[in-house]
Amino acid sequence: MIYRENGQFKTSYAADQQLLPIAQDRWFLISLVVLAFAAVPLFASDYAFRALIIPFLILTIAAIGLNILVGYCGQISLGTAAFMAVGAYAAYNLVVRVPEVNFIVALAVAGLVSAAVGVIFGVPSLRIKGLYLSVATLAAQFFMDWMFARVKWFTNYSPSGSVSPAPVEIFGWQIQTPVDKYFFLLAILVVMTLAAKNLVRSHIGRAWMATRDMDVAAEVIGISGLHAKLTAFAVSSFYAGVAGALWGFVHLGSWEPLAFNINLSFNLLFMIIIGGMGSILGSFFGAAFILILPLLLNQLPGGLGIPISTALISHLESMIFGALIVFFLIAEPHGLARLWAIGKEKLRLWPFPH
Amino acid sequence: MNLQRNWPVLALVLLLAAGLSAPLVTGASAVAFFLEVLLGGLMSGVLYALVALGFVLIFKASGVFNFAQGAMVLFAALALARMSEVMPLPVAFGIAVLIMIVFAWLVERLVLRHLVNQEGVVLLMATLGITYFLDGFGQTVWGADIYEIKLGLPKTPTIVLDNIFQGGILINVEDFVAACIAALLVICLAVFFQKTPTGRALRAVADDHQAAQSIGIPLNRIWVIVWSVAGFVALVAGMVWGAKLGVQFSISLIALKALPVVILGGLTSVPGAIIGGLIIGVGEKMAEVFLSPVMVKAFDLAGGGIENWFAYVLALAFLLVRPEGLFGEKHIDRV
Repeated sequence: MIYRENGQFKTSYAADQQLLPIAQDRWFLISLVVLAFAAVPLFASDYAFRALIIPFLILTIAAIGLNILVGYCGQISLGTAAFMAVGAYAAYNLVVRVPEVNFIVALAVAGLVSAAVGVIFGVPSLRIKGLYLSVATLAAQFFMDWMFARVKWFTNYSPSGSVSPAPVEIFGWQIQTPVDKYFFLLAILVVMTLAAKNLVRSHIGRAWMATRDMDVAAEVIGISGLHAKLTAFAVSSFYAGVAGALWGFVHLGSWEPLAFNINLSFNLLFMIIIGGMGSILGSFFGAAFILILPLLLNQLPGGLGIPISTALISHLESMIFGALIVFFLIAEPHGLARLWAIGKEKLRLWPFPH
Repeated sequence: MNLQRNWPVLALVLLLAAGLSAPLVTGASAVAFFLEVLLGGLMSGVLYALVALGFVLIFKASGVFNFAQGAMVLFAALALARMSEVMPLPVAFGIAVLIMIVFAWLVERLVLRHLVNQEGVVLLMATLGITYFLDGFGQTVWGADIYEIKLGLPKTPTIVLDNIFQGGILINVEDFVAACIAALLVICLAVFFQKTPTGRALRAVADDHQAAQSIGIPLNRIWVIVWSVAGFVALVAGMVWGAKLGVQFSISLIALKALPVVILGGLTSVPGAIIGGLIIGVGEKMAEVFLSPVMVKAFDLAGGGIENWFAYVLALAFLLVRPEGLFGEKHIDRV
């Protein structure tokens, strides 16, 4: 009744190809973004910002990057956290060694360095695929973990191995309070989401999807597998690198090499499986889901009045994650994003089913 | 022997030979030290090989890249350790075997059956889910502390060969027994696969799913059997490992090393898993003891620890020059 496209005629190619062809979708999204900028800072508490909203914004960027690689190009990666670490340490070293550089520039450099490293570890994907590639990305994960812990130059010879950069400042804007961080991250997330969404529906995105669906057929119709895979690795690592720099500078403030360990990689993979592979929207759902679930589980025993130790909660959490992964792979391989799409289809016909 | 195809094997053999002969230049005590390192590496190699064995069995029979093998080792070891606190070890072992069979049945029933004909990557992610579930479940049911498995073996190191080398070589009787158990297990598996009807059916399925099915081999039952066998192997690996280092969560992580082992040895080869495990175990120890100090000095590192990634980088190098591994089948999905 409310959500339908009757009477919305497209009279130009531009109108036909726009991002959201249905007017209701456009208004919904615009109001959502406005609401996110205007209303959320009024209502959210400091705790909500620190525990949920800020990690959500950053991990969504990383999840979008991973989704481009796994969901759109079909190359599995178990080493996203390693590329996040590359971004974080690249930005740190730039900021420490050239203090006058703007943080936006540092972010871009973090992304570019991470993209370069991603391409290097993506080279094996030209020879091997699928399962074998997971070992190559695991190699990246363990090697990076070790490198940032041991090579003193990366941590600027800090004796403990942890690094703490100066607070972020852009054009005189000190980003210190949770609300400031929120605005900054939200702006970056909006820009990067828009870029990703447009990338995946361009010729590059189509090349990725063709390679994912059947690489031989893609080569036959003239898509270069080399180009498609390496661009996917580069773009994906760029997103991971930016997310890593933000995770270190904005969320953590100071961090140790272990901040980017393999568990983070797995969690990001879970986000895109649960959220929906091959869907930008799915990255949002997945990140939100994976972040909210532990918080809920922690609240639950208090709410029910049952005393459960924190260790038990973390075990239950990993059990639930595991079961959900298997459930989603079997029941809904396209994840929460697919459920959302089904809901929208239903809404179009509602309340009359024909 | 085709030199062009087999040069990585030759290179590896040469490297090992060079490593073995290098200390001869520097003197006999260095040889003793070298042999100690070598033995230590072989011992951890045996453990890697045991984990990799379960991995290869499942991959051969069902094409599943089983990430959960490490979690299975942890789960089986936890079950054995906790039950052996209240009952004699053999009884606990028997019950643990039953538990692993039930687990295999559940995996087939709840996961594999619904994912037939899916891509390998999907199955890999499913086993990742199983890993998380099993890690959480095992620690919820059995507890998350460090537990002991008492095999009743002497823990004191023994000195052997002291008439050849000055000071002799330190070895653990326990390690030696572990190696024997592993060898026994491999022999049992070989007999099972070669001589029994079930073993023949398993090999048929490994060769060609469709052909096996068309002559009346029930795929689902085969999967239950092969996951049970892998569970049994995991139990043995967990027992040996737990007796040596105590049963704790890190077992699940160390078992991730099985991945480079099977890449090195070849995903479909049982001997490959064993030899790959030994090579990784030895290579890692050698790298840590001999290469680490050199690297620390050369690059001014904050410490060694290259054994954390050495296996993976070795596997990565292998993937680039010889993706089927040392003993794997030549056929591989090339891009």
